[in-house]
Amino acid sequence: MDKFDVVIIGSGPGGYIAAIRAGQLGLKTTIVEKDKELGGTCLNIGCIPSKALLTSSDHFMFAKKEAQKHGIMIDNVHVDLTKMLQRKDKVVKTLTGGVRALMKTNKVTTFEGLGTITAPGKVSVQSSNGGKQEIETKNIVIATGSVPMELPFAKFDGKTIVSSTEALCFTEPPPKLLVIGAGAIGLELGSVWSRLGSEVTFLEFLPRIAVGFDLELSNQLQRALTAQGMTFHLEAKVTAIKIDNGRATATATKGNEELKFDADKVLVSVGRRAFSDGLGAEKIGVALDERKRVKIDNHFRTNVEGIYAIGDVVAGPMLAHKAEDEGIACVEIIAGKSGHVNYDVIPGIIYTNPELAGVGLTEEQAKEKGIDFRIGKFPFRANGRAIANEDVEGMVKFVADAKTDRILGAHILQHAASELIAEAASVMEFGGSSEDLGRTCHSHPTLSEAVKEAALAVEKRALHIVNR
Amino acid sequence: MSIEVKIPAVGESISSGVVSVWHKKSGDHVDAGDALFTLETDKVSTEIVAEKAGVLETLVPEGQEVKIGEVVATIDDSKAAPAKPAPAEKKTASASDETKKPAAPRERAAGAQALSPAVRRIVDEEHIDTASVGGMGKGGRLTKGDVLAAAENRGAKQTGDGESGAPPVKDQKDRQSAGDRFTRKRMSPLRRKIAAQLVMAQHTAAILTTFNECDMRAVQELRAKSQEAFTKKNGLKLGFMSFFIKAAIEGLRAVPTLNSRIEDEDFIENHFYDIGVAVGTERGLVVPVVRDADKKSFAGLERDIADYAAKAREGKLKIEDLQGGTFTISNGGVYGSLLSTPILNPPQSGILGMHKIMDRPMAVGGKIDIRPMMYLALSYDHRAVDGKEAVTFLIKVKECIEDPSKLPLDF
Repeated sequence: MDKFDVVIIGSGPGGYIAAIRAGQLGLKTTIVEKDKELGGTCLNIGCIPSKALLTSSDHFMFAKKEAQKHGIMIDNVHVDLTKMLQRKDKVVKTLTGGVRALMKTNKVTTFEGLGTITAPGKVSVQSSNGGKQEIETKNIVIATGSVPMELPFAKFDGKTIVSSTEALCFTEPPPKLLVIGAGAIGLELGSVWSRLGSEVTFLEFLPRIAVGFDLELSNQLQRALTAQGMTFHLEAKVTAIKIDNGRATATATKGNEELKFDADKVLVSVGRRAFSDGLGAEKIGVALDERKRVKIDNHFRTNVEGIYAIGDVVAGPMLAHKAEDEGIACVEIIAGKSGHVNYDVIPGIIYTNPELAGVGLTEEQAKEKGIDFRIGKFPFRANGRAIANEDVEGMVKFVADAKTDRILGAHILQHAASELIAEAASVMEFGGSSEDLGRTCHSHPTLSEAVKEAALAVEKRALHIVNR
Repeated sequence: MSIEVKIPAVGESISSGVVSVWHKKSGDHVDAGDALFTLETDKVSTEIVAEKAGVLETLVPEGQEVKIGEVVATIDDSKAAPAKPAPAEKKTASASDETKKPAAPRERAAGAQALSPAVRRIVDEEHIDTASVGGMGKGGRLTKGDVLAAAENRGAKQTGDGESGAPPVKDQKDRQSAGDRFTRKRMSPLRRKIAAQLVMAQHTAAILTTFNECDMRAVQELRAKSQEAFTKKNGLKLGFMSFFIKAAIEGLRAVPTLNSRIEDEDFIENHFYDIGVAVGTERGLVVPVVRDADKKSFAGLERDIADYAAKAREGKLKIEDLQGGTFTISNGGVYGSLLSTPILNPPQSGILGMHKIMDRPMAVGGKIDIRPMMYLALSYDHRAVDGKEAVTFLIKVKECIEDPSKLPLDF
């Protein structure tokens, strides 16, 4: 076999995007994937299937609660969960099939099996049917991603104590679902099952939900989700989970109080850890950090020549789009070009209803850094399109430098926040100011006008609210 | 592996500077020790050299303000030469190779025209010439912060111009370098600071200069006699400056009002002798301060001066080295100046100017003798110091130099 220019281990969004870009650049590229399907966690058991279920369950809520406000009377609204899950699986299949097609178009070959780096430039692929192949390559990109973190005292059993993977395919809504950790994954899957009928309770160790997002908007989101029937216990430290007859009892301490929660299922969503099991990187001297993440320099190079790493397996936010951008930059650097990722402008989203989206600095972070900043806010209840949509929950908030007016952060809570945030990110990527955004023509009536209005509010000249 | 090039700490109270010139470009191969760029702060300017050999990638444009510790470039030592484009995209690159060179300036001009809405407003309202403003946005684009800063800088300059009655330069053509008739470039931060200080001194103090001259023969003979032993003992040469520092201290002891400053309506007389010694560097004049010069030996003074000179050359002077002097000595003689009127280093009240030593015929004891003569000048703040005191000081200095036994010789 000919020597490859690049072998990418892992076909998640970081890996497969890197492979496409490597193919575009004319590098002889192959991708090694331990699972049957390409696409990694994101496509198979993460972002995509969760969005499929979030949308389906959101439509259900619309039919059940919102439609009548529009004069649409639907009788006997109910869920066929089997069908809903089938649709989700079909979505996943469409996309993983799409990735396979993209590999072909870009002349990227694939190896199915667990990739192990046996030496710099050498990867051994152990396939599930026992076959073993050795690949030689000039460069290796580690893109092995991450896996859900376990609680040491309550390991996943796949039935009662589950990770996000299982929570994507409960065959019926658990009557009582306990969610440990109120971050993006917990809030999204908690929302799905709450909408489909579960009684959902969150136990969060910190005094707030949605860590990393703007506090004011996170608190608003918590109020919205509470109104939807979910229960939150903040500053609650889970100390034990007992399983008895397929049901769980969790013990948590909150201050001096000891709380007990019984549940049919416990979703542990306390974070994810870098995954490099079986990769053999450590054996050949690739340095890992204290959290077992692969250490890289700002050119994605590990300490071993010719071995690079990107995505969840390295430091930084565990986000598909961060991995994608790193994958592109990494192979561009391998091809002798200048690849770059702007870590200051990476948006993050929680796909609840309303969705919470943020990019750049939160108000708290700006304060912490001692930056002299200004805030501009605009509520959707003053936006024409939101009112017409009967969907006025949430607001847009900008953090801008007080002197240069440069946008430092943008935060949106709204049903469509995930789409609205992109505008702010684009302006920020170009070093734009709130005035730049405020002076850009936005079509009327749209939700995006609220983004423009919040930008205008930075200089106290929003049009549809009283500027204070 | 690639290493990061960071802005080093150049002084305790300096937190930022400006990358004034890149001496190497992105993609250049640099050797360890090569000067990468010049860092300017409002007190010192210094060249930052490569610690390792490799291919340079610059991360900030010229003229950008940077913070201490900020990464401004990387050096990649894994590549021997600038990277070549990958084969797949080479074709398109070579196709446009021919048009590339002439196209470059046009592209830039087009880029400058593509202004963001806020930038466009400020450019219109403030009549800013976008070509003269460096953009810090993506791909060198102008941001609102860039043009606000440009408007602010120009505002400050124009009010200054107005006061001195000079007409503001309006003709846009005139603002740019016109062929080889003249060159216009922005003053460095150090130069701007010096300029502001000088004008401030002229505006606040009532500066007057008094002159005298001294016969250097005695000092020259003493130096010649003691040089060998002094060098052997101290490892450095005995210069003239230590004599003048000691003589100036004798003068200041005789005329304490000269070792003083005026602060609002108060007169503050210093009882210590921190003497600034002006040192010319490539980038401008700096005045490091010899602390408690009265308590130091000749050797101690010479060592301090030598250390400061070396630091100044290497751009390693710290801001605290330059602050808090009570009196200054400036030696224009090193450049050949025969006579000058030094300008005060505010808030000090006096500055002694040394000049070139020249053999001149002098009347000594009724006969003409050729003597190595130096003119001395003392500029002083007449608000604090009377003419009689100033003259007394200068005569005291002259006497000490002409008869060094009046000085505490300790070598």
